[in-house]
Amino acid sequence: MSIYLPIAEMSVDVFLILLMGGGVGFLSGLFGVGGGFLMTPLLIFIGISPAVAVATEANQIVAASVSGVLAHTRRRNVDFKMGIVLTIGGFAGSSVGVVLFTFLREIGQVDLLVRLCYIVFLGIVGSLMLFESGRAIFRRQTGTATRGKLHQHTWLHGLPFKMRFRRSRLYISALLPLGIGFFVGILAAIMGVGGGFLMVPAMIYLLGMPTSVVVGTSLFQIIFVTANVTFLQAVNNQTVDVVLALLLLTGAVIGAQLGTKASGKLRGEELRGLLALMVLGVCAKIGIELVAKPEDLYSINEIEGFGL
Amino acid sequence: MMTARRSPSWFHMPIILMALASVLHIPADAARDDALAIDLSEDLIGISTGFTGASVLLFGATEGEGSVIVLVRSPNSRVVVRRKSRVAGIWVNSDELTFDDAPGFYHAAASAPLEDLLPDDIRRANQIGVKNIGFKPHAFLSADEEKAFRMALIRNKQRSGLYSTQSGRVTFQGSRLFRTRLELPANVPTGKYAVEVFLVNEGQIVGRSTRELSVRKVGLEAKITEFAFEQAPLYGIIAVLIALIAGWFAGFVFRKV
Repeated sequence: MSIYLPIAEMSVDVFLILLMGGGVGFLSGLFGVGGGFLMTPLLIFIGISPAVAVATEANQIVAASVSGVLAHTRRRNVDFKMGIVLTIGGFAGSSVGVVLFTFLREIGQVDLLVRLCYIVFLGIVGSLMLFESGRAIFRRQTGTATRGKLHQHTWLHGLPFKMRFRRSRLYISALLPLGIGFFVGILAAIMGVGGGFLMVPAMIYLLGMPTSVVVGTSLFQIIFVTANVTFLQAVNNQTVDVVLALLLLTGAVIGAQLGTKASGKLRGEELRGLLALMVLGVCAKIGIELVAKPEDLYSINEIEGFGL
Repeated sequence: MMTARRSPSWFHMPIILMALASVLHIPADAARDDALAIDLSEDLIGISTGFTGASVLLFGATEGEGSVIVLVRSPNSRVVVRRKSRVAGIWVNSDELTFDDAPGFYHAAASAPLEDLLPDDIRRANQIGVKNIGFKPHAFLSADEEKAFRMALIRNKQRSGLYSTQSGRVTFQGSRLFRTRLELPANVPTGKYAVEVFLVNEGQIVGRSTRELSVRKVGLEAKITEFAFEQAPLYGIIAVLIALIAGWFAGFVFRKV
């Protein structure tokens, strides 16, 4: 059964989209990530223009994060105060990101930028996670695990405007979460992702937040950042396809529930190791595409639309 | 009595001669509008939710001998053609050329190979065949460079099924009636298309006729697009609201699972 997407202006197979949503949803439930970094490249792969893919995926992530936050709130795993500070930074960052995206789209370099962002950030995050989980698995096997300090003190802790975040058991400068929110917000807008895969490590390693509240708080701020991206993309570029977003999220919510169940069967470090491999896989694929000689060196882009 | 009976026939003689002339095809120096009669099975293609492409029957009758060429083109738009080159090991868009007057969709069909029907100059003048589409480049480049970009534009459009030339697609029923199927893929642009039919004989265009074909989104598809473009802020807010409700609903439904 096929359906014509009004904004993407193409006909797609309904079951293919549901399956994609379900598959990525399963992985996001399994690993506790938004899955945008997988879905956006997949959408582009099936022929949806990068502009529509990025904007529509932001819309879908709004829904995915809401249902995720609900589950985490019930377990009291959301630091709302931290979430709000991150959101303020994220709002500013994602607004800048959408403007940057629109500009790069006009000069024909948006494709390159999106790909480079994917390679750099997926590469860094994937390698770190693989290294960290590998070490954890190794330690568990050799039984040399040692309990370190809660977090190290660095120059980051000397910044002004200190705020107390009770649920995270932190007393740090508000500039830190604001800055992280801003930076991840820019990337979220450009890459069509929620930014969880960047936010979660940043919260753990830069802010020193306890792991238990990290995922819920990250999802909480992702709702607002992706909502902002969706709105701005709709206004600036008219590239949000609600029909596509609805199909994706239908598949994704079902997949996410199954994934969450499956995640109980694996250890944390094994999950992180698998996620790291997947992240590096996506990174490698995009990298190869950038380095390999394209089939056609020329590409075309319509700049005056056909109207309605 | 006999002359009285025969006089009406004599009176109609010029008309009969004209009809005879057109059947025998006494060469006309200019293309005539009445040498061809055409029609389409439908003049509106509605893009609705289930749209996977459309097929329109074009049929017609010729007055006199000849072959038929059919051109279908959508409104023109501006297209940027970009060329990648290797910079520091990766492929980056580096050169570009913008063309005006590029139809979003172009299809040429004929009852015989185009090269056999008309000489080059006439085909170029009437933009018959994908290689003769009159793109207008924005910048001056060397002839070779411009040709490379022009061919790339055509190649990219052909790859997505939007430009095509097919000879032998127009079939004749007897010597006067012809028909062809115009196939529009699912990714066709919207707009008012021009369907132009040429009657050609001995390397000359001896007749032409045009019909309009509308391709537009209808029903829900049209409403969503209109909404997205004309009330963008509201559309954005509603898109976010739908996602919020869907996410909340999903969380609610699966709470006990």
